Amino acid sequence: MKSLEELRAIKERMQGQIGVRADNSKGTRVVVGMATCGIASGARPVLNKLVEEVHERKLENVTVSQTGCIGLCQFEPIVEVFEPGKEKITYIKMDADKARVVVEKHLMGGTPVAEYMLESEYR
Amino acid sequence: MLREISLNILDVSQNSIASKASLIEISVEIDTRRKELVFEIKDNGCGMNEEQLANVTDPFFTSRTTRKVGLGVPFLKQAAEATGGSFEIQSQVGVGTRIRTLFHTGHIDCMPLGDITETIWSIVTMNEALDFVYTYRCDDREFVMDTREIRAIIGDISFLTPEVSKFIHNYLEENKQYVDRKE
Repeated sequence: MKSLEELRAIKERMQGQIGVRADNSKGTRVVVGMATCGIASGARPVLNKLVEEVHERKLENVTVSQTGCIGLCQFEPIVEVFEPGKEKITYIKMDADKARVVVEKHLMGGTPVAEYMLESEYR
Repeated sequence: MLREISLNILDVSQNSIASKASLIEISVEIDTRRKELVFEIKDNGCGMNEEQLANVTDPFFTSRTTRKVGLGVPFLKQAAEATGGSFEIQSQVGVGTRIRTLFHTGHIDCMPLGDITETIWSIVTMNEALDFVYTYRCDDREFVMDTREIRAIIGDISFLTPEVSKFIHNYLEENKQYVDRKE
């Protein structure tokens, strides 16, 4: 059985780093729809991938969170990106690989990935 | 339709989160001899009134305003009953809600448990303001993860920091394997 002991060492190591994380209220918000429709379509791996990538790449100004039904169930899994001062971007029919691309190209590179966006469905 | 029991747990646990609970207890208990899997979710949230409780398994009843159907609980009930199992719910306004679902795992229509580690890991790390007690039992072995114990050790460090997040994931997975006797 694995115990919680290892956490004490993690705590020791991180002691000096507390407070480094800046105030996130002005940062980018990434929201994943996690109602029945989203989960049934595969939102869990998308959410977990986003969380993993954002933290491994140390994107301090990005927070990933979950929400309920966005009302566009046929397009799930849906990921919405809210950047301060910009129009909301809605990514649809996402999967873990696409989530990684969005982190690289949009959240890090600054260019939204047009081919995954809601609007391109109608073009 | 949700194809894993663990996805149903992820789904219906959102109801407990939305109910403004501060403590959510989730348990998964497998009895390999009787071929049964029981999962329970108990919260101390706002609870439901009698009308809501009476209608909770009706797909055309929902407290949501974005659309007129609520499929989470009906899916779960249907999935359990398809195996000859059962779905029970108790709730009291201001006290909380408890659901108990039994699956007969030997039944051909029983969906797999699926990736319960990923499910619990995402529930716990994405809702770190809430306390969770997760119990996983298989026959006579069990492990319990109480996030209040984790919090007591790490203080105000976020569950989402990579080291802590990874630890929680490994803790869930390794202890599940111990309980399942895979190590």
